[in-house]
Amino acid sequence: MKRNVAIIGGGQTHHAARRHDVSQPEMVHEAVLAALEDAGMTIDEIDAVILGNMEFFEGQHMTDCWLADSIGAYGRSGVKITTGGTVGATIIHAGAHHVASGLFDKVLCIGFEKQEEGDTNAILSAVAHPLFGRSMAGAAVGFFAMLASSYMANYGATEKHSAMIRVKAAENACKNEYAHLKLTITVEDVLNSRMLAYPIRLLEMCPASNGACAIILADEKTAKDRCKKPVWIRAMDTAHNEQFVLEWRDTKSTSPRFSEVSASRIYKKLGVKDPKSYYDVIEVYEPATWAEIMWYEDLHLCERGEGFRLIEEGETNIDGEIPVNPSGGVLSTNAIGATAMLRIWEAALQIRGDAGGHQVPKEVRRALATAYGGTCWTALTSLSNSTDD
Amino acid sequence: MSERVGIVAVAQTKFSPKRGDVNVAELAYEVIERVLNETGLKMERDIDNSISCSHDIWDGQTISNIGITDVIGGHLRTEEKMAMDGSTAVYYGAIGILSGEFECTLLLAHTKMSQTDRNVVNNDAFEPIFSRMLGLDFTSAAALQCRRYMERFGITEEQLAMAAVKNLANASKNPSAYNFGNYSVNDILKSAIVASPIHEMEMAPDTDGAVAMIIASEKRAKKITKNPVWINGIGTCYDAYFLGDRDLTECTALRRAAAKAYKMAGIDNPLKQVDLVELSDEFSYQELLWCEGLGLCDLGEGGKLVESGMTMLGGRIPVNPSGGLLGGVPANVMGLNRVAEAALQIMEVAEDRQVEGARTAVAQGHSGFCGQHHCVIVLGK
Repeated sequence: MKRNVAIIGGGQTHHAARRHDVSQPEMVHEAVLAALEDAGMTIDEIDAVILGNMEFFEGQHMTDCWLADSIGAYGRSGVKITTGGTVGATIIHAGAHHVASGLFDKVLCIGFEKQEEGDTNAILSAVAHPLFGRSMAGAAVGFFAMLASSYMANYGATEKHSAMIRVKAAENACKNEYAHLKLTITVEDVLNSRMLAYPIRLLEMCPASNGACAIILADEKTAKDRCKKPVWIRAMDTAHNEQFVLEWRDTKSTSPRFSEVSASRIYKKLGVKDPKSYYDVIEVYEPATWAEIMWYEDLHLCERGEGFRLIEEGETNIDGEIPVNPSGGVLSTNAIGATAMLRIWEAALQIRGDAGGHQVPKEVRRALATAYGGTCWTALTSLSNSTDD
Repeated sequence: MSERVGIVAVAQTKFSPKRGDVNVAELAYEVIERVLNETGLKMERDIDNSISCSHDIWDGQTISNIGITDVIGGHLRTEEKMAMDGSTAVYYGAIGILSGEFECTLLLAHTKMSQTDRNVVNNDAFEPIFSRMLGLDFTSAAALQCRRYMERFGITEEQLAMAAVKNLANASKNPSAYNFGNYSVNDILKSAIVASPIHEMEMAPDTDGAVAMIIASEKRAKKITKNPVWINGIGTCYDAYFLGDRDLTECTALRRAAAKAYKMAGIDNPLKQVDLVELSDEFSYQELLWCEGLGLCDLGEGGKLVESGMTMLGGRIPVNPSGGLLGGVPANVMGLNRVAEAALQIMEVAEDRQVEGARTAVAQGHSGFCGQHHCVIVLGK
């Protein structure tokens, strides 16, 4: 990028299953106000506003238009981007492009979803091809059920490993005041929860949350003048898999998988040899427990087929060698349009040392945030407290 | 801009009411294949990223770019979708290249309007609490804007019809257009009223189609073609949402978007410095109103401008030599089609609709009812 770009502020709503007290614009406004306050700014200082959300989830066409007043877009430059679950990260990438281009100094990025106003499972089934896929589509649950079955058969992981991921998420979420689900649960509770599609149980799948996240990006001069703890965006990468390449849902497939390809590229850009020592904390987008285990492997935190060992050995716990999702992750909070941005914001809070109850107990210099869209693509964002790396 | 971004190729399908022979991806591939073949560029080797413009609700598929991942070169690569008018792909694509992240970007806009019902889709853009139940859609909202425009400035039905006469005649010279002909003002005014005061012949018909474009950094553009079209200015702006919160004749967002693009391009007198304009006239009144917003005339003078003949092909500042949207351009595709048509003019390959000596062109697109979000692109030789 031609200019360095920093996160100079951000904010999120308290996420919940029901927000009958607010409309969509009112809910998103909460996150925008929180971000402006965190950055010590007024909306008048913002040069451009970028919004991300999926119109089918709420049945509202052109949400950016409806929300223009509540997000401060009135009279300002702006665009709306829609890339599925990745959109929160795509919006940050778009904001970074805006700042790096030299045309804008301060850009407000917003992701949100008010899932209670739609039917997520029905809408996610409509991701599938209308002629060849929709009649057998099982939304996100069906997809991860296939992945998980394949993983267990190939590598000897058990349902207990999945349950351990869920318990870790719950324990961390209880420390995060903004998390949606703050459950006190055991491995047995997870294994006794209702089966959705073998082997995925209710507690192993993310919830449908209402919530929003907003982040303010700025150029280097503004960041240094205005922000005590700027967090720098050091690299970004996006990769998709074509939807009919079904083979990679077989976890032993040798076909390139979007997540692994993207991780390899972003490590190459940054010269990362050992991600486990390079990063101090990682926030992954895990719509289901098994996705977190797959991320361990795709991010090269361990060898292929060894991901479940990391949770067994506690390496990804909040006080482990490489903490993953100290926030409680997507299993605890999933307001889809905001979810990928929350990964980035939580990673930034860790670098700032401002994560509060779920701050990891060590110095955090660098963090990686992942995203998951449409079951087959990602957008990765690498953050640092320094522009030197 | 310190550094320039160039358009190196454009391709458009012929727009038609129903393309039952192709699905959305096949429709998109028709134009993607053409821009790649024309430039000799290879997807894997030369294209750094892709941006598409479409709406899930028009496509009938959630996160609908999943349906075009393969044809747009998204497999294991960077592809992003904007849920806005196609002009914004040029805006965001240019920003991506100026950021230094990318050097060569494929842009696409596609819609098959035949697959759904525009009134239902448009009604869903009205929020569910106060206005959706009223049954408003883009056409009825436009009728309110048109009526306000006529009342405030004394714009006449005849002046609005003159824009339609001009554009339908221009469209007969455009091979992509589907709707065209030589009509009189009387013909237009005799057509059925769709939503008073808008007549059927003053409204863009539903069509299916796609437009693709390749843009590149200055260095790359010069290597790809001898005849790049430079993106000299870009601007976007949102207006307020609720119709009651806006004076629908003020063009606030368009004037601000144009001011940004003009400043970047060094334009202070568009009437003198611009050779042609391609704007998004979903309804004939929008041509007059957007001409005001783009600063081609003073507020309220749009009627006189069209009457003067200055905006005709061969006039001092031709507006929509392509025939504009009345020729039949799909929703969301319309803005990228405007930029593509303006680029063809600067390349001097617009054939029968060519504006002589075109060196600077302005293209405009909008999203939302009554033009809530505007995007202005200034192109030059």
